[in-house]
Amino acid sequence: MALLDIRQRSGYLFLAVILGHILLISAQVNSRTGVPVLEAVTFGIFSEVQRGVSTGLNGVRHVWGTYVGLRQTKTENEELRRQLAEAQVALQAQRALADRAHGLEKLLDLKDRVTLQTTAAEIIGAAASTDFRTVTIDKGTSDGLRPDMPIISPAGVVGRVVIPSARSAKVQLLVDRNAAAGALIERSRAQGVVIGVGEDRLRLENVSEAADIVVGDTIVTSGIEGIYPKGFVIGRVDAVEKSGPAYKRITVKPAVDFSSLEEVLVVTTPMPAHETAQGVSE
Amino acid sequence: MKAAGVILAVAVALAVQTTMARFLVRGSVAVDLVLVAVVYVALTSGPVTGLLAGTFAGLIQDALTTGIIGIGGLAKTIVGFLAGIVGTQFIVAQPLPRFVVFFGATVLHAVIFMGLYVLTNQRDFGTPYAAVFGQAVGNSVVGVVAFQLVELLPGAMERRRAQRSSRLRR
Repeated sequence: MALLDIRQRSGYLFLAVILGHILLISAQVNSRTGVPVLEAVTFGIFSEVQRGVSTGLNGVRHVWGTYVGLRQTKTENEELRRQLAEAQVALQAQRALADRAHGLEKLLDLKDRVTLQTTAAEIIGAAASTDFRTVTIDKGTSDGLRPDMPIISPAGVVGRVVIPSARSAKVQLLVDRNAAAGALIERSRAQGVVIGVGEDRLRLENVSEAADIVVGDTIVTSGIEGIYPKGFVIGRVDAVEKSGPAYKRITVKPAVDFSSLEEVLVVTTPMPAHETAQGVSE
Repeated sequence: MKAAGVILAVAVALAVQTTMARFLVRGSVAVDLVLVAVVYVALTSGPVTGLLAGTFAGLIQDALTTGIIGIGGLAKTIVGFLAGIVGTQFIVAQPLPRFVVFFGATVLHAVIFMGLYVLTNQRDFGTPYAAVFGQAVGNSVVGVVAFQLVELLPGAMERRRAQRSSRLRR
């Protein structure tokens, strides 16, 4: 009935709503520090809905897959996949260690090396808008998650925690338009910054003209931004366009298939960015 | 009752959008089910309901993303209102006109959404023509199919029921 009443003044209502939106947008654009309360609360509530829907869907899928399908084969397959994932994570950790041992850091910082601590999380939802590349995971602050904690998978770097709630967290994928990570060409050790473009490819920027980069080069994290651990795989160089001596565009194919992610690992070992943030909050 | 129906439609669209994203995003084609729901509501219920549905859906969608709260809301409010006006001023009862409305609504939504982000220096979308075109086609197909299903399914089921009962009588 309320809808019928305001139908008489639809023009005024339209203008009022538009004005409200403009005020709302203006307020946020002027103050861009921290996470808006509305965003955090809405996310916290809706993540519970996502958790419920995801649990329901997973339950149905589990019953179908385990009891109706090829039960034995499925179980074996899952076990083998888990073992493979563990082996790939271990390989990445070894690669990271080998990288560190390779450079001058070895001479400076050998004693401070620590093994990364991770906690497994399941993806329970994707972004509500197709213009943003985020996912929701089923671990939150009660599991020790903090903003800017890196998220990895057996294949490589996935993204970082942006908004943790008590029992879930929003993760910004590396392919999001606002995402970036310090990068290193594994072969030539040339440095740059990998930037998400909102699609299934990444762009490598801020690369020196003298850098040696060819198609197929593996790109790993440099850790320079203080969020991602050094030496973890980001992807491979997919295309290199040059304009004279300078690099015009370097496209990177991510190592992670973001469309089929189901489980990820949250690196809970404090990185420089977390330590700084904790220091500020204290 | 209508308000509850609108809220339910938007909530279902959001839940499906967030949990089935991997099936809705294929290359440059990314269906925005929430926008489809807003346009559907606007075409069937008029401009005010479309406006309110757009505001509600857009703000919730904004709050669930890492972007600015209000930009998606503003875009969907305008689209919902205008789609409602189109629905009341023109006969939009065939698949082709509906396809055109969904297509136009998606393009308008993209222009407002991306335009505001660019104006506020928050995001750079590059040259998104292919992505917008892909989404417009995807949304239009889903919207038209949704209309057809809602309109034809009850009749088809009724006919099937009648056939079955006449067979039983014989």
